[in-house]
Amino acid sequence: MSASTAPALPTFTERARDFAKACFTGPLNIAISLACIALLAWVVPPMLRWAVLDATWSGTAAECRAAGGACWAFVREKFWFSIFGLYPFEERWRPATMMVILVTLVVASTLRIFWTRWLLLAWAVAAVVMWVLMQGGVLGLSFVETRQWGGLAITGIIAVYGLALGYPLAIVLALGRRSELPLVRWFCTAIIECVRGVPLISLLFMAAIMLPLFMPQGVTLDRLVRVLFAYTLFTAAYMAEVVRGGLQAMPRGQYEAADALGLSYWKKMRLIILPQALTITIPAQVNTFIGLFKDTTLVVVIGVFDFFTTLRASLGDPNWLGFPTEAYVYAAAVYFVLCFAMSKYSQRLERDFTPAGR
Amino acid sequence: MKLTAFAAAAAAFLMFGPSQAMAGRDLDQIRARGQLLCGVQGPSNPGFGFPNAQGQWQGFNVEVCRSVAITIFGDPNRVQFVPVTTQSRFPALSSGEVDILSNNSTWTLTRDSNVNRFNFPAIVFYDGQSMMVPRRLNVTSARQLDGATVCVQPGTTTELNLADYFRQHNMRFTPVVVADLDELRRAYDSGRCDVFTNDFAALAAQRTLLSRPADHVILPERISKEPLGPVVRQGDEELTNIVAWTVFALIEAEELGITAANVEQIAGSSTNPIVRRFLGVEGNMGESINAARADYARQMIRTFGNYGEIYERWLGERTPLGLERGQNRTWLNGGLLYAPPAR
Repeated sequence: MSASTAPALPTFTERARDFAKACFTGPLNIAISLACIALLAWVVPPMLRWAVLDATWSGTAAECRAAGGACWAFVREKFWFSIFGLYPFEERWRPATMMVILVTLVVASTLRIFWTRWLLLAWAVAAVVMWVLMQGGVLGLSFVETRQWGGLAITGIIAVYGLALGYPLAIVLALGRRSELPLVRWFCTAIIECVRGVPLISLLFMAAIMLPLFMPQGVTLDRLVRVLFAYTLFTAAYMAEVVRGGLQAMPRGQYEAADALGLSYWKKMRLIILPQALTITIPAQVNTFIGLFKDTTLVVVIGVFDFFTTLRASLGDPNWLGFPTEAYVYAAAVYFVLCFAMSKYSQRLERDFTPAGR
Repeated sequence: MKLTAFAAAAAAFLMFGPSQAMAGRDLDQIRARGQLLCGVQGPSNPGFGFPNAQGQWQGFNVEVCRSVAITIFGDPNRVQFVPVTTQSRFPALSSGEVDILSNNSTWTLTRDSNVNRFNFPAIVFYDGQSMMVPRRLNVTSARQLDGATVCVQPGTTTELNLADYFRQHNMRFTPVVVADLDELRRAYDSGRCDVFTNDFAALAAQRTLLSRPADHVILPERISKEPLGPVVRQGDEELTNIVAWTVFALIEAEELGITAANVEQIAGSSTNPIVRRFLGVEGNMGESINAARADYARQMIRTFGNYGEIYERWLGERTPLGLERGQNRTWLNGGLLYAPPAR
């Protein structure tokens, strides 16, 4: 990293001057700038009046309707429901603890100093701990079926575990599709194409409703596990094609150089090819990640109350009818924060992994 | 309601269903599990079934399921509510994901047939497609609507019923189609159309959200029949009977004037043999339908009240929905609710 040789950052006044110069030189630029200012002046004040000045921050639906602005009291009333969903209310410390563990692990995983095999172990242990904590039935915890799990907690579980398990599977599928062994190649290609060729909704339907019909009598697999399975497979199939793109973008020389060094297939992939292939596809990976993260809302079709669904359910409370805008603004804000964090993190990774001078 | 989704469900059921549906009697499974799995409309349905801020299900359809749980277990809390969508409800019922649907499903021939193998034990709510107009138009009957502009959701039976009705009466209309119900309401509220059509209960809920609800009237005509009630799988007559006689008990209690407040007093003092049998003071009515207790009706009324009380609590004039009883009065009061004799 050669940050020391970079030129000094421009000061604020310099940047402001550059900005003004860019906006107000030439008749065309001036016209566009004025049009933008007019648009902002037209949109922003009413929005501010609605969202802040006339807004109701606490109180009842009647007070909200009287004030006429945004009803944040509604979001406040439904806040905990949006986090924990249908989970028994008096037990909500359990999903709360689970989310703390999940967030801690996710944050730790973003920091490179923690990138050791202990981290993998921590994830595996945490998966068990979180599952036991949420489901209970042992250690004096009351039993809570997975169909009662919900809210942001379930969105977190599905997204994090689906993406974390799907990613390595994607790499395996991508390597398999490029394999020289025809059987492996056909098998991987078939999986990728079949899963990618159907909508996520139909996969979820299959997992939730059709799968139990095929299973032998007496054998049941928890519905959430089936959903996670479907989502992981879907993630893997999409991500595999991104990874394959990276593999194909590698110059032939890289493969040949690795072979010339006498590296085995796995060493060649692990040490030479994959690190480069994965790095150059970071933007595409994050793009897919963000898309898949937002797809978690589709689990509603099989009755899982994820974060977005809790808000839609709240709209049906007869005491709080008629505040869909507030609910959607809140949902949009939460999704934006999470997706934007992913995007920012990917930019940092790209910077860290790209050798200087590229 | 949504025909294509239903057809898909039916097709899926034809391919995969029967083996599961015939495996073991449903009631035995429910008893063995110790819980009734009740499918309710997800994400929510105002007044009929919705989760409150604590994530507990509440509403009219929810109390119907809890009443069934009282009949089966003698305990209203032995129910697990499973949210289902319009698309997933029938596959969920066929596959055993739920034991009973209590989500405003319309009783139709195809659903009740041997093709789909569902049973509709009883009707809990008589709905029907209605039309709302601004009061200032001075319209008192849907027959006066020739040439009107009508706000309607596309791709639904609602749209087809509307077209049928106008053609049948030789009238013309201009449709304004908007898929999203909130958007559709705004279109009506801003005067883009003269008429807003939907099922009565939904229309009444939408009316509370207009800028001036009192300025709008729902016309008396019901242009379609939408009898709504719980649904179970065909093949377990016992469960069908239990659901039917649970609903009938709620209606019967209203016919007899028994309420949550007076049920204990009436049970203790009444000499009317019909009442004494109904409340389990004498006879073996509970046993004959395999209920958990002889006095299941009494326990149910003590817990939730009679049909009218449940209606008024979640849907009636004092709730935000403000639904008048209309067709959902007992037959004694000029409505359609009628419980066969409990003897």
